Amino acid sequence: MESIIERITSGHFWEFHGGIHPPEQKTLTSGKPIKQLALPQQLIIPLQQHIGLEGDLLVRIGDYVLKGQPLTHGTNPMEVPIHAPTSGTISAIKMSVIAHPSGLSQLCIFLNVDGLDTWIKREVCPDLNLLSNHEIVEKIADAGISGMGGAGFPTHIKANSKPDINFLIINGSECEPYITADDLLMMEQSNDILGGIKILDRLLSPAFILIAIEDNKPKAIKALQKATECIEKIKVCTVPSKYPSGGEKQLIQILTGKEVTSGKLPIHSGIVMHNVATCFAINEAVRHGTPLIRRVVTVTGQALNKPQNVWALLGTPINFLLEQCAVEEIENEKQPVIMGGPMMGFSVSSEIVPIVKTSNCILVPSKIEMPSAFEKESSEVECIRCGQCSDVCPSHLLPQELQWSAKAKDHPQLQKLNLSDCIECGACAYVCPSQIPLVHYYRVAKAEIRELQQLDLKAEKAKVRFEARKLRLEKEKIARQEKHKKSAAVRKAAMNKATPEATGAKSAVAAALARVKAKKAAKDTSKDTPDASTSESKSNVQDGLASDIASDQKSQVTAAIARAKAKKKLKEEATQKASNSHNITSNAVEEKPSAIVIPKIGDSKNRDSKNTEPAGIKPSAVDKKAKIALAVAKAKAKKMAKASEALHVDKKNTNTNNVVTPALVTKSPQENETVEVDTPSENISKPVADKKAKIAAAIAKAKAKKKQKESISKENNTQNDNTINDQDSV
Amino acid sequence: MNILIAILVLGGIAALFGALLGFASVRFKVDADPIVEQLDALLPQTQCGQCGYPGCKPYAQAVADGEAINKCAPGGEDTIKKIADLMGVEVQPIDESHVKDDGSQSNRPKVAFVIEEDCIGCTKCIQACPVDAIIGAAKQMHTIIIDECTGCDLCVAPCPVDCIEMREIPETIHNWQWDLHSIPVKQVN
Repeated sequence: MESIIERITSGHFWEFHGGIHPPEQKTLTSGKPIKQLALPQQLIIPLQQHIGLEGDLLVRIGDYVLKGQPLTHGTNPMEVPIHAPTSGTISAIKMSVIAHPSGLSQLCIFLNVDGLDTWIKREVCPDLNLLSNHEIVEKIADAGISGMGGAGFPTHIKANSKPDINFLIINGSECEPYITADDLLMMEQSNDILGGIKILDRLLSPAFILIAIEDNKPKAIKALQKATECIEKIKVCTVPSKYPSGGEKQLIQILTGKEVTSGKLPIHSGIVMHNVATCFAINEAVRHGTPLIRRVVTVTGQALNKPQNVWALLGTPINFLLEQCAVEEIENEKQPVIMGGPMMGFSVSSEIVPIVKTSNCILVPSKIEMPSAFEKESSEVECIRCGQCSDVCPSHLLPQELQWSAKAKDHPQLQKLNLSDCIECGACAYVCPSQIPLVHYYRVAKAEIRELQQLDLKAEKAKVRFEARKLRLEKEKIARQEKHKKSAAVRKAAMNKATPEATGAKSAVAAALARVKAKKAAKDTSKDTPDASTSESKSNVQDGLASDIASDQKSQVTAAIARAKAKKKLKEEATQKASNSHNITSNAVEEKPSAIVIPKIGDSKNRDSKNTEPAGIKPSAVDKKAKIALAVAKAKAKKMAKASEALHVDKKNTNTNNVVTPALVTKSPQENETVEVDTPSENISKPVADKKAKIAAAIAKAKAKKKQKESISKENNTQNDNTINDQDSV
Repeated sequence: MNILIAILVLGGIAALFGALLGFASVRFKVDADPIVEQLDALLPQTQCGQCGYPGCKPYAQAVADGEAINKCAPGGEDTIKKIADLMGVEVQPIDESHVKDDGSQSNRPKVAFVIEEDCIGCTKCIQACPVDAIIGAAKQMHTIIIDECTGCDLCVAPCPVDCIEMREIPETIHNWQWDLHSIPVKQVN
């Protein structure tokens, strides 16, 4: 490193391979100061003005914004915010042509300028020592600064590098013909640039700071030398003019002799490079709280009467700039407007293309100056294999080989030839005697390769998703089969086990059998009396039968009542909590079965024989009643317990108690037919409106059900036997 | 005697190498058919089924078993060429019967798009999507995750209300291709 410094101080530099010396044409603009322009009528601010992602919109159509107010906001480090360059009203947010070689549209904010140029409140920081490094980086990020040399990489990422930095290089070479924006900025704002450099020095703490300026800018060199006189660490390096010495990798090689290897970044060799304009913007942002809303743009070309450097607000349409610089009329000829320099720039497709953070030059050449820009047809001829292109290539590539592979779309070969290391400087195309637009071919090939890589990625993703879906479907299928198996097994078990449902099913079968038997018997009796008229005999028989059945049923009913009583006693023993109300309801229940059964018998008179049916219903009704009683009892017990807990709850509970008991009392006469289990529980739940009580009731019910089921299953069996026996006796 | 020794020695060597080979075949066994994996890598993975197989992998398997190599419509000529190189067979023109003609001239990639106001939420397209790129639930509006959609077309047919259509991915500066002669130059003034 010491030897490097020694060499630099003695004025010796390394050389990079290749390079060209095109006519500089810088005198067109380098002698005039940077002009402050009047405010344009409208600004068109693209949301994305750098490499990375566009932020989220913060404003809406119709909003009034102040100068410097942020318009977008980003959470991703690659998202850089944009700011209102002046005060005004947002008239539209829509797609518009942007500064891109494709001429495609992107989302832009249209700002109607009000001419007042009112600033938003700015935070001026007089003493940098009050700020932490993190705060400074945050200020840089919030100011929306991205590299102003051309690529537009977010500056705060580069200013926040962690590893040890040997060299911080400030790039003021500005090697491309015509462009003098950085030159003028260095001449006029050398102190502010130095301020920015000092901030970067503090953030990165490099061993040395090198300011590289080409020897064709003597005034700028002098200005910066004067500004940095007393600082040991900073060295102003006058590098020989050669295109493209301003390229990052090329400049590093010139200054340090180190070559940044393919696929590596300068930071890997301990080097960080920033443009002078970026340094200026950093100083503005950190010290003055001014976000990046304007930049120096060289508006030049022999088609202009007044070529000059201007302070252009970001978003200024280029036709406004051209008006200010008095573009000459050119008859019946398409006047090309080139954004960027003559080597790396591109023709813009519309005159309302706005200035963005990376646009440093608008070139409007005359026909004599740049005839190729006016030609519609390319004058390309066959490659004569002269090899001049590889002589001038600063990246040690083989441009003609690349060109053939690019034409043949041989992507693997292009990658082997390291197409990705091409910096698209245009030196090869400049020297080509066959006028082959080599860089265009490389750009096309690069885009194709990128597209293919994206497609490959997408295919890989699709494959993974497809496999995942297949796996999922397979799993679901197996799970379904398992479930079916399980439920089938459960069903089988239920059929075999003597569960109440099963026995119920059995008893139903038995009942059906009994009915068939009864029918047969009825038919027999009708056959026995053939003389009588069929209708009469039938009715007679039916009456007789009905009376028989009724008597049978009566005996059944008494039996059932007896059973129910026995059951209740059992239950009472089991549920010792049961109180008086329980007894009352059980009494009511005791009276009921007869009430239930009698109308049933009446019903069954007309039907042939359903003598088993009332018998089946009766116990269930009784059971339900008992259940209800039990549930009510339980709920009451619970309420009593709760009553001690809170007063207002107590009130409610007493109310519900009052409600519940009459409900039960009044119910018994109403229940001529079967009682629904739900109604009492509803009656309880409604007034109480208390979940806990409901749950308690449900638990109580469930418990009661269990016990009853056990007893029913036993009794049903005996009962079925009884009914069958009865029927046999009929 | 000499002959016996020679036979024994040679026999011994043969047995030794036989054992070695046998061990190697067990120890270094390759499970999958590598050619199928390679073929699968060449296919575009749209899982569109236009070849008549339920996905790219099954078609790769079929090609490995001797199926015609010209049935992949989304892959086009390029894929056929690559498969032909890999399989060592002649390049064949694409089988037109497997190409769905949708009448559009452009060859920009397409993705499915649900016209959301027409969607009735029947979930039929969700079941049809081979890459799970459609989200939605029964009686809820569905929509397509554009980044995951392979443009296979399979969801268009099952839709009972025809609310899915294939739309071109719009050209942006991120997917724009440099074109030598199409850079428009507009007159200023």
